[in-house]
Amino acid sequence: MVLDVLIVDDSAAIRKILQRVLVQADVQLGTVHEASDGHEALEKLKTGKVHLILSDINMPNMDGLELLAKLRQQESLHSVPIIMVTTEGSQNKVLQALQLGANGYVRKPFTAEQIKEKLAGLI
Amino acid sequence: MEFYDQDVLVSKIRAATDDVFSTMLGIPITPGEAFAAEGHAESFDGVIALAGLTGTWIGSARIACSPHLACRLAGAMLASEYPSVNEDVLDAVAELTNMIVGNVKSALEDELGPMGIGIPTVIFGRNYRTRSAGVSEWVVVPFECAAERFEIKFALMPNGKAGVVRSLEMQEAV
Repeated sequence: MVLDVLIVDDSAAIRKILQRVLVQADVQLGTVHEASDGHEALEKLKTGKVHLILSDINMPNMDGLELLAKLRQQESLHSVPIIMVTTEGSQNKVLQALQLGANGYVRKPFTAEQIKEKLAGLI
Repeated sequence: MEFYDQDVLVSKIRAATDDVFSTMLGIPITPGEAFAAEGHAESFDGVIALAGLTGTWIGSARIACSPHLACRLAGAMLASEYPSVNEDVLDAVAELTNMIVGNVKSALEDELGPMGIGIPTVIFGRNYRTRSAGVSEWVVVPFECAAERFEIKFALMPNGKAGVVRSLEMQEAV
């Protein structure tokens, strides 16, 4: 299945790395949308449908947890798999993300195998 | 006067750096002997990335390397080649800093409570001086990587108090 993906991170380097890692994780990429913060992500989602969202947590303007909460409030995005990819490692943050509706949580630094593992069963 | 054990801090910095380099870059690194350095203004040529920490403890972190090494590290991260420092290289170094300092932060939070990390700033140039206000002493952790040396400097202190990190025995930087 070809997947359209939204990657949200304020680092252009991480957005590039995640694209490469998704391919290494055997994901067939369709359109890849990129956003550098939550606001930009919401704008991108107005014009493009996606099958998967990968998002950082610590970002300026709108962070990943606020973005997550807003996405889960939208009917059309309620069931899109969302994986948080972040340096935040505290149990509180992980729990918060999962309670807000994240389907998975990957700590940076990450390998393609770790991403693949989180995607298993979601797509 | 409160202080955070420097040996423990050094071991967290080494662990975080090793994790990032082995997982994301695939470049081996060798840690050097850590030492303390006074927080004077210093002149520098090359690339420096800076990040701040906030919370009940506050801190400042710096990662410094040569332009050549910065290009090499960016190339490994992004699977590209960079003959000179450009925006991609600076962004890669910023993210490297975010991951290393972010992982040190996560390791510190277990003992020191929640902390926040600022967005890294990366500076590239020649013959510039840097100074972090309020930092009287750094913990310096050097590493050898691809026949070059880079350094991670960390300063950590209780918020709102005039605490200083307990000194290691002062040594001349090699």
